[in-house]
Amino acid sequence: MIREFGTGDIVYLVFAARWTLALTALAFAGGAIVGLTLAVLRISQLAPLRFLASLYIQIVQGTPLLVWLFLFYFGLSIAGLPVNAWTAAALAYSIYGGAFLGEIWRGALIAVAPTQWEAGASLGLTYVQQMRHIIIPQAVRIATPPTIGFLVQLIKNTSLAATIGFVELTREGQLTSASTYKPFAVYITVACIYFLICFPLTQWSRRLEERFNVAR
Amino acid sequence: MKYGLQFRDVFAAWEFLLEGLAVTLALSVCTMVLGFFLGLACACARTYGGARFKQAVTVYIETIRNTPLLVQIFLLYFGLPSLGLRLEGFDAALIALVINLGAYSTEIIRAGLEAIPKSQIEAGQSLGLTPWQIFRYIIVFPALKAMYPALSSQFILLMLATSVVSQISVQDLFHVGSIIQSRTFRDFEVYTVIGCIYLALAFMMRGVFAVIYRQVFAR
Repeated sequence: MIREFGTGDIVYLVFAARWTLALTALAFAGGAIVGLTLAVLRISQLAPLRFLASLYIQIVQGTPLLVWLFLFYFGLSIAGLPVNAWTAAALAYSIYGGAFLGEIWRGALIAVAPTQWEAGASLGLTYVQQMRHIIIPQAVRIATPPTIGFLVQLIKNTSLAATIGFVELTREGQLTSASTYKPFAVYITVACIYFLICFPLTQWSRRLEERFNVAR
Repeated sequence: MKYGLQFRDVFAAWEFLLEGLAVTLALSVCTMVLGFFLGLACACARTYGGARFKQAVTVYIETIRNTPLLVQIFLLYFGLPSLGLRLEGFDAALIALVINLGAYSTEIIRAGLEAIPKSQIEAGQSLGLTPWQIFRYIIVFPALKAMYPALSSQFILLMLATSVVSQISVQDLFHVGSIIQSRTFRDFEVYTVIGCIYLALAFMMRGVFAVIYRQVFAR
């Protein structure tokens, strides 16, 4: 049945954005775990570990996110697990996000001057203590603006989860468009909601970057 | 029950895969060329143009960079017909991708243009060069060199992003994959093969860009 596109639909779309945010949060959490591991491996003293981490990043950054989504969506059943859009999306976005966050965070870790490591070592701190008390606090400041920048990418890319039937903002837009037959109004609304979520983050990231550049 | 991987059915459709690959390549190359020139025009407008231009370019960049590509494509393909403008899938995809890449490359090109020290431009002016000569002999080469790394990785990201056009039924590599999947039910195998083809493409592009860089810029 065709119905009008009205305020109710807009409210509905705004509420669908919570699934976009939930998926983003999940993806960021999973990506952070993978990314942190990769970043630490990438600056490891052991060449094979560095190689493996770099191989992972090269492969994931060289394939479309869509392929990962479909691989996990259909691959789960082969592994004997139930096919579930949430699980598939969570796994695919963690793999994908990890590769990009790993690169960003590696950059931040090596941007901390090597003398800082040496200073820690000369105080008798262990590797973990140097990392925990000296390197990471400084690296976090460097990494924050690009990490927020990537978060924006992640929010936008959660729209791809619509293709495996994950109901978030874009999928809800498709459904609303099909039932109201007002695709232009629907997709403009959807785009506006994404913009309202992403734009403040973009601005925040830019301000932090400027402040950081001044501080240096 | 144990599942055995079978790639035979996927490879049997190699001609079909090649057709999809050709569409992906055509779409990527066209977008790179057109998107670069759109970005160049916008970057010049933003760096050398008046306040009105700067404002318009900023609005364009922020709008595109803060909304998903998929939604932009849907808007062009599904949304425009209700305003009386019906686009073919390939055209809608190409236009959306060019507009998208244009926004990202504007920022990269602008950073490249701004990397030229003002004193060099002033040196050109004091030698009596025309603005075009200054652009041609002083700005272009170092600016291209400065923007090259960021621009080439943006191009690779773009090539991967073209897979999204499969969602409006453009028969690119990814869409061909979905069709083979629905015929053979070899889901996992199909997407593994497709993923490997994209990966090979990305590595090839990286190689080509590195060779060009060495030939042109590393002297």
